[in-house]
Amino acid sequence: MTTTTSVPESRRGRAATTKVREPFGDRVFLIVVRIMLGVALALVLLPLIYIVASSFSSPAAVNAGRVRFWPVEFSLEAYRSVLSNAEVLQGYYNSLIYAVAGTAISVTLTVAIAYPLSRRTFYGRNVLMTLLVFTMLFSGGVIPTYMVVHDLGMLNTRWAMLIPNAIGVWQVIIARTFFANSIPDELYEAAMLDGASEIRTLRSVVLPLSKPLLAVLALMYTIYQWNTYFDALVYLKDADLFPLQIVLRNILLLNTPRTGATDMAQQMHQIQLANVLRYALIVVSSLPVLIIYPFVARHFTKGVLVGAVKG
Amino acid sequence: MAIPTSQPISPPSAAERPQPPRRSTVAPAPAPRRSRWSQAQRAWRLHWQLYLLVIVPLAYFVVFKYIPMAFNVIAFKDYSPVLGPWGSEWVGLRNFRQLFENPVFGELLKNTLILAFYLVLASFPVPLLLALALNEIRNGWFKRTVQLVTYAPYFISTVVVVSMTVLVLSPEGIVNDGLGAIGAGPVNFLGEPGFFRHIYVWTDVWQTAGYAAVIYLAALAGIDPALHESAKIDGASRLQRIRHVDLPGIMPTAVVMLILGVGNMMAIGFEKAYLLQNNLNLAQSEIIPTYVYKTGLINADFSMATAVGLFNSVVNLCLLLVVNFAAKRITGNGLWR
Repeated sequence: MTTTTSVPESRRGRAATTKVREPFGDRVFLIVVRIMLGVALALVLLPLIYIVASSFSSPAAVNAGRVRFWPVEFSLEAYRSVLSNAEVLQGYYNSLIYAVAGTAISVTLTVAIAYPLSRRTFYGRNVLMTLLVFTMLFSGGVIPTYMVVHDLGMLNTRWAMLIPNAIGVWQVIIARTFFANSIPDELYEAAMLDGASEIRTLRSVVLPLSKPLLAVLALMYTIYQWNTYFDALVYLKDADLFPLQIVLRNILLLNTPRTGATDMAQQMHQIQLANVLRYALIVVSSLPVLIIYPFVARHFTKGVLVGAVKG
Repeated sequence: MAIPTSQPISPPSAAERPQPPRRSTVAPAPAPRRSRWSQAQRAWRLHWQLYLLVIVPLAYFVVFKYIPMAFNVIAFKDYSPVLGPWGSEWVGLRNFRQLFENPVFGELLKNTLILAFYLVLASFPVPLLLALALNEIRNGWFKRTVQLVTYAPYFISTVVVVSMTVLVLSPEGIVNDGLGAIGAGPVNFLGEPGFFRHIYVWTDVWQTAGYAAVIYLAALAGIDPALHESAKIDGASRLQRIRHVDLPGIMPTAVVMLILGVGNMMAIGFEKAYLLQNNLNLAQSEIIPTYVYKTGLINADFSMATAVGLFNSVVNLCLLLVVNFAAKRITGNGLWR
């Protein structure tokens, strides 16, 4: 690490005054920094506002391109149409199942392997860790994995969404680092003296102390399950198994014509509605994760992630 | 499992990793028979449940990661579903020869590499700048808002990000609306092959910069405040302190992030490329992962698709090793020691 450049002794006297008031150059610099951050904020926020504003506007206004950053001719028609769409509701329901069940399976399995890996008394943990990390460097590939899933008879079942990507190596590393750094050896010794078995120690001593970790793991896996569409695209054929993301793709990007109207004006309205429905669909599908994330984001910054990057 | 109480609780076997001797004073172990073997037996008796815990996750890794690796042999075979991966006929390097001779391959490789390099180059500095800027201003509502908002897109799904991109950039969208206001004609961003890479990369930066910045921010918070104090006393301006204190302080983290970026380069998102793809931009948007998907799962040519995938994995592994080696040489920091 380079140290700071040394400055002649005579300039040290100014330290007292700089404490009170930043030098002119620094104040200009801070203003520039704030402007930069303001621009970054706008760049991220404006597209989101545009989408939300459009979703609350009337179909006609959206199609005429009259909406900017505030709803025009406020209307809830898009939302009404989203929430009465059977496909969307089924997708929502499926995604909820995948998110809840997938997270439960993933967190359990991740803890089950990360905990022994964190224990010094676990013989062979280096070999095991190398085995895991190697899968990060070199993956089997899409087709061979598909063949395994096929051979197991998981194709086109809910299991295909839950099992083939159940454990993330990255998450195992995060969990292992957390256990190794935040559970002192004395606790293990105490538990052992009290006659607790390893599993009992995990359940009654380690897990109650690992709530921030569990929260982070659960959030990561939930978001993965909620947002993934590749697995579904590859493994699922039946429309009733599709998670929300596949439904979204079909409606948002593939332009499936969904009008049954014969009357010209009605047809026009249907097309306009199909268009504005996309904006509402984006809002409805992203809302759950955007609502829970500020509550868990706190834990992310609390060193769980960073500890893993360093370790 | 009951632990025999007469058995002294002493540190686990020395047959394990080197470790600082823990409180071995609790009770001197029965001295005579402490061979490696008996120590291993003791460790097993005390900790067998740890091995029990590992069984299911280990089976997962074997079944879903290592067996597929073995199934890569079909890249060297003429795969027939009836004969299975082991029974199919060997064809040596025929699939690879066919692949390299295919005129599509050059385009494919070029598209993939350009996109991947562009992505790594663009997505490395932005979070760094964001974190440095955030680190300069005092804690307050502005800082919290910027952080919370820039972080949020990370949680939005790829499908939604692509849909938003399509809506925002569509001929009726707000960007063309703005262009129209300054007199520029409507641009069909999604139909022009030339725009594909920019759209791909900058929406990615949009989505992940805030998240990556959090990691740098934590690294910045770990810098000893005394360094900043003494720099201040020495009369360093804020910019000089960033240059001489902050940057060296987060260099190790930055190197790891860059290596991870390059390591994931060839694993470049299938999802987004596939979603942004249309017949008009195919010339630039067809990359190896989308080609694998189409060849393997749509055209059911398993052997060829596996060959392409294997080629991709090997290139990726080489890139990662090279970058890690270079990073270790230059900065002394690598992914592993």
